[in-house]
Amino acid sequence: MSNFAEMSIAKAINAGLSKAMHENEKVLVFGEDVAELGGVFRVTEGLLAEFGPKRIFNTPIAESGIVGTAIGLAMRGYTSVTEIQFDGFIFPAFNQITTQLAKFQNRSEGHLTMPVVIRVPYGGGIGAVEHHSESPEAYFAHTAGLRIVSPSNPNDAYWMIQQAVASSDPIMFFEPKRRYWQKGPVNLDEAPLALHSARVLREGTSATVVCYGPMVTVALQAAEIAAEEGLSLEVIDLRSISPIDFGAIVESVKKTGRLVVAQEASNFVSVGSEIAAKVHELAFYHLEAPVLRVGGFDVPYPPAKLEERFLPDADRILDAVDRVLAY
Amino acid sequence: MTAQDAQRVPMVQMLSIEGEFSVAPEFADYAAYIDRLTDADYLKFYRDMAIMRRFDAEATALQRQGQLGLWIPAIGQEAAQIGSGYGVGHNDHIFPSYREHGVAITHGIDLMSILKMLRGVNHGGWNPDETRFHLYAIVLGTQALHATGYAMGVAFDGKVGTGNKDEDLAVITYFGDGATAEGDVSESLLFAAINQTPQVFFCQNNQWAISSNVARQTKVPLYLRGTGFGVPGIQVDGNDVLACYAVTAKHMDDARAGLGPTFIEAMTYRIGAHTTSDDPTKYRDNAEVEYWQARDPLARFEKFLRNRGVEQAFFDECDAHGDKLAAEIREATFALGNPPIENMFQHVYSQPHPVIAEQYAWLNDYEASFEGEGN
Repeated sequence: MSNFAEMSIAKAINAGLSKAMHENEKVLVFGEDVAELGGVFRVTEGLLAEFGPKRIFNTPIAESGIVGTAIGLAMRGYTSVTEIQFDGFIFPAFNQITTQLAKFQNRSEGHLTMPVVIRVPYGGGIGAVEHHSESPEAYFAHTAGLRIVSPSNPNDAYWMIQQAVASSDPIMFFEPKRRYWQKGPVNLDEAPLALHSARVLREGTSATVVCYGPMVTVALQAAEIAAEEGLSLEVIDLRSISPIDFGAIVESVKKTGRLVVAQEASNFVSVGSEIAAKVHELAFYHLEAPVLRVGGFDVPYPPAKLEERFLPDADRILDAVDRVLAY
Repeated sequence: MTAQDAQRVPMVQMLSIEGEFSVAPEFADYAAYIDRLTDADYLKFYRDMAIMRRFDAEATALQRQGQLGLWIPAIGQEAAQIGSGYGVGHNDHIFPSYREHGVAITHGIDLMSILKMLRGVNHGGWNPDETRFHLYAIVLGTQALHATGYAMGVAFDGKVGTGNKDEDLAVITYFGDGATAEGDVSESLLFAAINQTPQVFFCQNNQWAISSNVARQTKVPLYLRGTGFGVPGIQVDGNDVLACYAVTAKHMDDARAGLGPTFIEAMTYRIGAHTTSDDPTKYRDNAEVEYWQARDPLARFEKFLRNRGVEQAFFDECDAHGDKLAAEIREATFALGNPPIENMFQHVYSQPHPVIAEQYAWLNDYEASFEGEGN
């Protein structure tokens, strides 16, 4: 029998990090305000007391410096878990991530590996000021050499952060910040899935809804409402944004014939766009309707008083479900 | 006198333009490093400077003949690179920019590795763990942060200030005057100061960032760039191989001993073009080039050696050695084949990746579908 513990997503990442740091003394945690404060979301709270200032430390407020030094530390045999304080602050590090971190494995012809985890609290819904609610994952998904994941529940958060730390490839770990305090059971003994596998969260036959990160809760709400109306939605939590587990999506689409992709990110050139294109290619004869995307509008992330109408909700997902069912 | 002028200390110089050796009293610490050099060291310095120049000429010719996609000349910077390169110890790690062919020579890098890259066979591919000479950095200034991160790791490993010469190590990063304008160089100075990393920042100020004079990159002498971050700086005559050697060796020793990072500005000149795609006649005067040619690092060191009694036979031997190397490089370049297609898909990730596997398989099938079509 496995041991279970109830914890929030934030606490689950914290516990997973602690376990990873215990298992490998070369694992370091650093970023802005991660030490005494435990990060602005307290995800690293207590790790300083547990591991001391040689394992977890604050950096200057310089995101390129954080990622650039993590690359150098990787060359020295360290595994760095870096924190970018908010999604909208990642861009000073964009160069180091895309032109350096993503490419060293390749340009050294395998002599170097880049075990670096970049944790990014992302997404909206917390009433924040500008640049604190963004979903920049597609910028990074476009770059070969990076792996990108996003947990949606405490059990995945606990295990995926450990799998990310254990990876010899760079991992961008997008944390759904508005779900940090969402609680759930964590299996302390057994990892549920491989890092890049999707999970069918709810089985159904009428249509498939694919989502990830903060949108998983919304998609499950939509499925509940649909069930009351007699519709059976299959909900897939992607978990991995690069690579994407297309096998799981196609298997579902073969059953339902209809697919809606839900994301907070703006739709244009997004993860949802890639899924739509690829599913049309892989499952064309199984589709009864075009794949639809339900995402943010192609506008700058709006002020907090408008974000409720920017972010897709259960009704917007159900509207798309109605449209795919109308074909 | 401005505040900046008031802060100026004299540049470290040991060889005059005429090759006469003298050291100002305030640089006695550096002179001590020269005292330890043997005649064999002097000859090694010259031989490598001559090889670097000959290699450069051959690579330029290969580019002009279409054998290389690009060449990045370093003529004029031989003293800065050979001198500093020999100031780096046998455990130390080197993070170059993309013009450090001379530093590569001092650490035994196969020069074909550099030519392969500029021919377009690969993106580098040598093993930095073995060579301690890391891959060339094309995006300016990025390597400074990698060097600082590496040096942080060295400090975490406790390989600083133990006094054990086989254990302690330091890190040196090379960059040019142009790269100092990049934020990454400033951030690396800050991280280095905060963490007191075992590290030297070696800036070759060759006066030109493609077509922009150094006056367009900084209002303050570059050796002062680190001071606001807490990294002390020193300026050295970059066309003086002995001064470059001594200053680098001392500050690498200091770094290894746990005394923290230093910024060295080597004043030199890019006699050639930025790359073979560049045309310096469009932006600088011949008079300026002639001024620096009169300060040529090889000619200066040759005068010094001749004054010490080194005979013509040695210089003839260096020329012959250079010509032989050039011929070998030429032949090896002609023999370089195109890389196999799988290289494009290998090492994108360290673990299997479905997209890479699928696209590699697709390309193989696609290309196989043309087999047997006759033409």
